[in-house]
Amino acid sequence: MTANRIRLAATFAAVLAAGIAQTAVGADDEIVLGAADSLTGKYSVNGKNTQDGYNLAAQVINDKGGVKVGNKHYKLRIVYYDDESTSARGAQLVERLITQDHVNFVLGPYSSALTKAIAPITEKYKVPMVEGNGADRALFMQGYKYMFAVLNTSDYYLRAAVTILADETKKAGRDPKSLKIAIAIENDNFSQDVRDGVIEDAKKYGMKVVIDDKLPADLNDMSSTLTKVKALKPDALFISGHEKGAVLGIRQVAAEKVYVPMLALTHCDSAQITEKFGKDADYAFCGSQWDPSLTYTDRWFGNPQKYTELFKKTFNYEPPYQAAESTAAVEVFADAIERAGSLDREKVRDALAKTNLMTFYGPVKFDSTGKNTAKSMVMYQVQHEKYVVVAPAKWATAKPIFPAPTWAKREAATTVGAK
Amino acid sequence: MENLSVLIEAPILLVQLVVGGILIGAIFALVAYGMALVWGVMKIINIAQGEFVMLGGYVVFYLSRAGIPPLAGVPIAAVVMYCVGLALYRIVIFRVVGRDMFTSILATFGISILLQQLANQIFSADIRTVPSTLPSLLFAGGLVTIPEIKLVSFAAALLVGFALIVFLRQTRLGRAIRATAQNDRAARVLGVDTDHVYAMTFAINCAICGAAGGLVAMTWFVQPYLGLTYTLRSFMIVIAAGLGNVPGVIVAGAGLGVVEEAAGFVLGAEYQTAFIFVLLILILIGRNLALARQRRYLK
Repeated sequence: MTANRIRLAATFAAVLAAGIAQTAVGADDEIVLGAADSLTGKYSVNGKNTQDGYNLAAQVINDKGGVKVGNKHYKLRIVYYDDESTSARGAQLVERLITQDHVNFVLGPYSSALTKAIAPITEKYKVPMVEGNGADRALFMQGYKYMFAVLNTSDYYLRAAVTILADETKKAGRDPKSLKIAIAIENDNFSQDVRDGVIEDAKKYGMKVVIDDKLPADLNDMSSTLTKVKALKPDALFISGHEKGAVLGIRQVAAEKVYVPMLALTHCDSAQITEKFGKDADYAFCGSQWDPSLTYTDRWFGNPQKYTELFKKTFNYEPPYQAAESTAAVEVFADAIERAGSLDREKVRDALAKTNLMTFYGPVKFDSTGKNTAKSMVMYQVQHEKYVVVAPAKWATAKPIFPAPTWAKREAATTVGAK
Repeated sequence: MENLSVLIEAPILLVQLVVGGILIGAIFALVAYGMALVWGVMKIINIAQGEFVMLGGYVVFYLSRAGIPPLAGVPIAAVVMYCVGLALYRIVIFRVVGRDMFTSILATFGISILLQQLANQIFSADIRTVPSTLPSLLFAGGLVTIPEIKLVSFAAALLVGFALIVFLRQTRLGRAIRATAQNDRAARVLGVDTDHVYAMTFAINCAICGAAGGLVAMTWFVQPYLGLTYTLRSFMIVIAAGLGNVPGVIVAGAGLGVVEEAAGFVLGAEYQTAFIFVLLILILIGRNLALARQRRYLK
């Protein structure tokens, strides 16, 4: 009886193992990339952007013949797991991708927090990871050798807004030293770093930080912070809290009629603030990694405009930068694998380190810590319910409007316009 | 403490904090009624409370997309959620009524995860908002602003509370519900169909949450994972107010809102939630001491 059972169990285990082995090791003309991505949980909006970006890259590269290694063409296949937006789960799943699914390489997860959890694992197994969604500066201070990031670090998201604030104030004949700023961020790695960037630059100009609030993770309301803004009347309010932060920021600032000359945010485009709030979103400044109007060239997609068109056709929404940087991460892998002429992880790592690639997302060149030093961020402003690029000057399509008109003036303008 | 001095210099802001807090608390109170009802009558702590709020929000969101004004969508959300509640009772909840409380917590926890993930699959994780189309009222030169939608929520909370009291006191079903809450066995002996009472109680709870969800979508946003906030807040309000105490729920809800706003202002937003839970613990300790004293008297 027991012997029978053991035999049964053994057979079952063998079948199971065979099944796993089959799904795991790719066919011999395949390169398997593994990704733990946030398909559920608090990051799931951007997790989906990330997945769509990866999938579009794989699809286009495969359609155009795949990745050429030596004389052989390989197709890309991506294996996904859902990390539920939790770090512990992400780390487990990446270990599983490497040890059980035997993926060739790893693509990054969504968010700095998840990337932080995963990087030690990819380092341990010496598997190269290219990521497009972990922007926390601390990631690049650990001496990681196998992690490469195509995006700018998160402290750069709103630095340009501080510069605009200072420049416009000087133009108006006031000293930037007289400026007061308020910061409200979600208490996570990414937003902390956004905050640090703002504070560093604000200190350079001698501005005074009058509010420095860290909103709870189950961020559902920020009215007490806004009451403080009403009381202390800062010249600028910086909000960072992924989509929720952007949505709440615009909605509550408008509903409570809180006036700030400058409102600067992150994640405006993926939160779709112009679609949701129309005129209420006007004059907001938004830091972004990328914009469809930029003029880069690309081997696979042509340029940012063509990428945007194809993305919209495939997924039925405008690509936010989170999708674009994910696509770029796959492109960087394709390029490095071709240059390495091998699927050997060490050779690909060395090729990655020597990357000098132009993509639709921007130039990619890694420093010794693995961060992309070639690309710069863009700063939008919402003007007449449209995003226009106001910095850097090279791509600016409009001048920044500062200070924003008061709510009374904005409402008067609306009534006139309505007539 | 810099913030405290701001408050002393401009006491008008205190008005904003108190009014804002009361109005926010009203929505929590609405959700808490339902929880108190289910808890009192069925002895079930419904962990899926927040998920019902979330679903109600989505109902109003999709209705408003179809061209129905959001405020008209709120009662429809209540009706839809009433049906959802009835279905959930017939499928799952009737199996756990009368069992150990731990079983019902597990069951409703399961429902909450299921609803979250289903919502994520069906509605996607995008953050949705419903335009409230109501203006904001300005007082004291703009230092005190009250978005009218919050006033509407407050009125709705009072109205539902009042309707609930009348319903429980005056109607046949209401009396049956109270009888079942007091002693389900005796109610059954006297001919009350307790299964029907449970089904109605659960469905009414869902309807209340659905209406609250619609208001939440108009005031803030909806997203598949917003439930926990409402479950926790309503749990806390019920703990503080006690079961079967509808006016107490309103007061506790408003109090929670005010304290939360004030804590956010004075201590900074990072301590807002922590402060609330510290307060909860203090309330529980206080309660325990009071009860212990009563027990001593009984000896």
